[in-house]
Amino acid sequence: MADSDIKAMTANLDAVEFDETAFTVPVPLTEAKVAIVTSASLHHPGDEDFSPMDTGYRVLKSEHRDYVMGHWSPNFDATGFALDINTVFPIDRLDELAAQGVIGSVAEEHLAYAGNQFELSAIRMDSGPAGAKFLKEQDVDVVLLTPV
Amino acid sequence: MSTLAHIFEAEGLATIALGSIKTQIEGTAPPRGLWCDFPLGRPLGVPSDPEFQHRVLAKAFELLDSPEPVFAEYDVSIADDETDVLACPMPPRHDPDAHPAVDEANGLRPAYERAITQYGNRVGAGRAVEVDDIAAAIEAFVRIAEGTPWKEAGVPGIPSRVSQDVRGYYETAALELSDHAPSAWAGTRWFLDRTEAGKIIMAARQAMADAGEPNPIWFYMAPGDR
Repeated sequence: MADSDIKAMTANLDAVEFDETAFTVPVPLTEAKVAIVTSASLHHPGDEDFSPMDTGYRVLKSEHRDYVMGHWSPNFDATGFALDINTVFPIDRLDELAAQGVIGSVAEEHLAYAGNQFELSAIRMDSGPAGAKFLKEQDVDVVLLTPV
Repeated sequence: MSTLAHIFEAEGLATIALGSIKTQIEGTAPPRGLWCDFPLGRPLGVPSDPEFQHRVLAKAFELLDSPEPVFAEYDVSIADDETDVLACPMPPRHDPDAHPAVDEANGLRPAYERAITQYGNRVGAGRAVEVDDIAAAIEAFVRIAEGTPWKEAGVPGIPSRVSQDVRGYYETAALELSDHAPSAWAGTRWFLDRTEAGKIIMAARQAMADAGEPNPIWFYMAPGDR
């Protein structure tokens, strides 16, 4: 078993194509509120688990770092996250960057989606825009997207 | 990830997407994409290494300076050598009447509990099978491996989900038994190749495949290249 073999299995999955590449010019990073959005299916222990084809999102609070990996795929190493949440969800690192003044601030709430999706229309038409609205409502400027 | 990047940018959020599979992140072309050649499951590269993680983040945030869509490659790769297996001392047999895999799982319970105390339950049991039922889940896989149809074997949930909880239980316990942080996939290789429970799950998976069960029922009980 090898990481390269797993990657090769998924390397050529059909990608969603966008006619145009949207592009938002950010505020200066030193003024930006930064959130993390991960496709690692993280959630808090008391939240609803992700179902196999779950296209929704879960809110991850900065305050409670008891994140659980709810991903259905067996095709990734989980021990990195088990040792250190920042391997997937670098919330402690963002706190340090905010304390240093490198970034403006860290969002109090972040988002997790389930990355093991083959049918993306629901995310594209529904939960994706809803997640963006959620982040905009808390004045997020910059989103760091992390896979698993 | 890249789909969300396109959607978020259209809604007025600036994004940086990290990607571990080069062809995927190139194909989906997020507005700002950083390919990091790191093992799957470790998008920031190295656990418990803040300096390494900060270097990745610094490169990611640099992309915000670009006035147009940009794709970049991180200049450090972390390769899986395909052979590294977690070195992990196992508890001795305790109950000679129990199946070796069940006895093994019960013997790992103290290490599992210590790991939960130290790290929290991040990837361990509890998604499909509570920790107290791990041994019973393994017994169900033993029955499948010995020829019982899976629907009659008493698997306490969807087999792929149950097997993930067993794997998570073992890999969590191993964090306490090993004297070093495992490289990516070393824990999985240890579980599947060196433990009785891993061998039973692979045998049950093969039995289900041989019985003509639908592929999604058994295939995801182990990584896809197995």
